[in-house]
Amino acid sequence: MSAMQVSNLTIETLKKMFSEGKRFDGRGLLEHRHLDVSLDISNKAEGSARVKIGKTEVIVGVKLTLDEPYPDSPDKGNIMVSGDLLPLASPRFEMGPPDFPAIELPRLVDRAVRESGMIELEKLVVKPGEKVWTVIIDIYPINDDGNLIDAATIGAIAALKHTELPEIGKDGKIDYENSSGKKLPLAKGIAPISFSFFKLGNSIILDPTREEEEACETRITFGISDWNGQHMINSCQKNGSEIFTKAEIEHIMDILPKKFDDINEKLKKSLK
Amino acid sequence: MVYKRTSGRALTEIRKMTAKVGVVPNADGSAMFAFGDTVAIAAVYGPRLLHPQHKQNPSTGILRVNYDLLSFSVYDRKKPGPSRRSQEISKVTEWALSPVLNLKEFPNTVVDVQIYIIQADAGTRTAGINAASMALAHAGIPMKNLVTSISVGKLDKDLIVDLDKSEEDFEGGEGPTDFPIAKIANTDEYTLMQLDGKIQPEVVKKVLKLADKACEEIYEVQKKALKEVVSQ
Repeated sequence: MSAMQVSNLTIETLKKMFSEGKRFDGRGLLEHRHLDVSLDISNKAEGSARVKIGKTEVIVGVKLTLDEPYPDSPDKGNIMVSGDLLPLASPRFEMGPPDFPAIELPRLVDRAVRESGMIELEKLVVKPGEKVWTVIIDIYPINDDGNLIDAATIGAIAALKHTELPEIGKDGKIDYENSSGKKLPLAKGIAPISFSFFKLGNSIILDPTREEEEACETRITFGISDWNGQHMINSCQKNGSEIFTKAEIEHIMDILPKKFDDINEKLKKSLK
Repeated sequence: MVYKRTSGRALTEIRKMTAKVGVVPNADGSAMFAFGDTVAIAAVYGPRLLHPQHKQNPSTGILRVNYDLLSFSVYDRKKPGPSRRSQEISKVTEWALSPVLNLKEFPNTVVDVQIYIIQADAGTRTAGINAASMALAHAGIPMKNLVTSISVGKLDKDLIVDLDKSEEDFEGGEGPTDFPIAKIANTDEYTLMQLDGKIQPEVVKKVLKLADKACEEIYEVQKKALKEVVSQ
């Protein structure tokens, strides 16, 4: 694993292999690497999780604070998602102000979580118009071997599902040392999962390694959830200077629900 | 419960479109594009040598887009300067436009596209892309086609085209959905896709159809404005 650019030779080789349905590590084009989720990785956070997809590792922590509500939503709690591409996680990440990938990652997780309606924001009001809970989701990659956005979204969901509200003391301040024993209010059955489809030549793959991700020309990410018994896409973003054709988008729409059911089933087992 | 559009528009009706080319005389190319009360202007400078030098690409020129809301374009004054939102829109706009450009003949250069929103009533990124596409053509940048852009959304379960702010914030039924799309005119090639909201996978196909239809209308408006400036 080095900071070197992927060579044109590698790109050409990958393009050819993808067109034959093959990958360096022997997976199918739409096949994920091994997924592993563990919970409560930091006991000072109100909820936390570690997600490993192959060699990619992301940790996510949820902190809760009491704040004023936003003026346009006085009767709702707040969500904030932040993330930092730590230089610890990859030779490609550097210190300094966030570049576009560092801005995009938390924004995409934010939109998948927010738009799915997973967090019941109206139940996070302590005093209407004055005091509400802010749910802060912080994302840190520990090792980047591709597909960070999808890993981070799974991490956020896992951490949220195991988040407990801290006690509010008599002085109205948060007592972080004691949990109230109450779970963060979540809508029943809703948990978005993110799927980033990467394109190289005419091939579309899921869950790329860092090398594959670098080689690909463009990407489209969908956040999808189960909503009242039906599949619902909540967020989407195309990234990169190449096009997606209508046939490709329609193909992805056919794959997406099946992939969601598949990963959702795996997650349910590991989040029990 | 049946919802109606506040503006009284039909579900697939686009707001009144206005387009004008050559709105910034100093620029190499420029244009204005409006969907109703949403007004975007775009100016193109370049191709010109890219600085700092280490950002130059010796095999091609590059496109660089800057999008932002002017501070007074919204009710709650927007603090001047880039936000995470504006940086994201700048980037997705760059990706929406670059597939039609050929800058291979201009190595080491940059084409700068500056997009500003004078008045915002939702659909600012789509109006910005439509304006920028015209401005690039006006600047004579080699391009294979125009890019056209429109937002599709929902009013409960009904699909609607070209959302205004009240529709973007719609709280009834299945809630707000905003699905901005850009495509290369008269093709099946999509260059921008974003989404916030709730939409079933099988409905996405219908969304693309509605966007196609709207983009045909936008393309005509863009062409007409470009022809006007040529005939002057």
